Amino acid sequence: MLNHWCQVRFASTSSASSNAFQAALQSRATLASLSLFTAGSIAWYTHLYGTLPFIGEVHASGSHLSDEGLHPAAYPWSHKGLFDTFDHASLRRGYQVYREVCAACHSLDRIAWRNLVGVSHTADEARAMAEEVEYEDGPNGEGEMFQRPGKLADYMPRAYPNEEAARAGNAGALPPDLSLIVKARHGGADYIFSLLTGYIDPPAGVEIRDGMNYNPYFPGGAISMARVLFDGLVEYEDGTPATTSQMAKDVVTFLNWAAEPEHDERKKIGIKAVILFSTLTLISLYVKRFKWAPIKTRKIFYNPPVDKHH
Amino acid sequence: MAFANTFYNTIVKRNSVFVSTIFVGAFAFGIGFDMGVTAFYDRWNQGKQWKDIRHKYVEAE
Ligand code: HEC
Repeated sequence: MLNHWCQVRFASTSSASSNAFQAALQSRATLASLSLFTAGSIAWYTHLYGTLPFIGEVHASGSHLSDEGLHPAAYPWSHKGLFDTFDHASLRRGYQVYREVCAACHSLDRIAWRNLVGVSHTADEARAMAEEVEYEDGPNGEGEMFQRPGKLADYMPRAYPNEEAARAGNAGALPPDLSLIVKARHGGADYIFSLLTGYIDPPAGVEIRDGMNYNPYFPGGAISMARVLFDGLVEYEDGTPATTSQMAKDVVTFLNWAAEPEHDERKKIGIKAVILFSTLTLISLYVKRFKWAPIKTRKIFYNPPVDKHH
Repeated sequence: MAFANTFYNTIVKRNSVFVSTIFVGAFAFGIGFDMGVTAFYDRWNQGKQWKDIRHKYVEAE
């Protein structure tokens, strides 16, 4: 029907030229030469510049591996799946590792004691931990600042009072705040786990400055933070053996929570949203068909008026 | 047809009843749906959430 109409149109408007154009479009020679042209320009471009634009790292040889750091393996995190919550026992152990190891250098500015309540600790435990830390408050009636024990609403104490002190304590390198570190690094949890467990001696021919450490996962390879996790460094209250990888897994799970405290609730809402929206989609498809069925299936007849004058 | 008629006569006919049915229905569905999804979620994540390990750390209440 449509074809027929088109042909009529083509025939009636322009004559030979449009037919020739159509023929050219559909010819095999055109197809073959266009393919050749495409393949040729890709080959020429890659020969000139090494990689194609916009495609990113199609292959790893595009740049030197040590500049970007080794790509971490994808680990089977207990919260990886679409429906999976954090493993809260792991969060509790991870907090312990953060407190006993990482907190000596790294701050965790966006987490307050109250955030731990109902996640990894009871309110009483969190309050007791907060009270062990002194916070400056004030001014009081005489305009003086004073020290007081922490409360649930206080944020995690910092390792250093300011950036300069932090750099001075770490040979010029700034230990970054860990609150959002899982979101702030390519590879997220996999990367940080690999970093913490990936320290090795520099390979032959790689020079590392004094005070620097070699870690193939760190972009550039030389990192100021030395290896901090060693088997048996902390003692877990639940009896889990504190191997290096166990501690790394727990602390990274904890840091993942710190970066996404809404994680568990978000996934639950996600389940609800998917169920509701797919139901609504099905209903609206059904209603559309229901309303259109009579319109699409009707037949329209035209009875030409009968000429009554003859 | 019988169902449609009873439905129309008991619920849809009076606007006050119709609107209240929608509101109460939405409320009840919200609760029921949440309970259902939560039951699935808690089963899927058995032993992992805080409520599953909380008893180890709370002092006797
Ligand atoms: C002795 C102090 C110290 C301790 C303890 C420490 N770090 Fe660090 N960390 C540093 C310094 C310094 C840097 C900055 C390294 C650099 O930029 O070369 C750093 C960097 C990092 C980075 C960022 C790496 C990147 O990609 O930029 C992460 C993540 C990290 N540390 C995690 C941890 C965790 C987790 C712990 C506890 C298990 C920990 N650190 C313990 C000093 C420390």
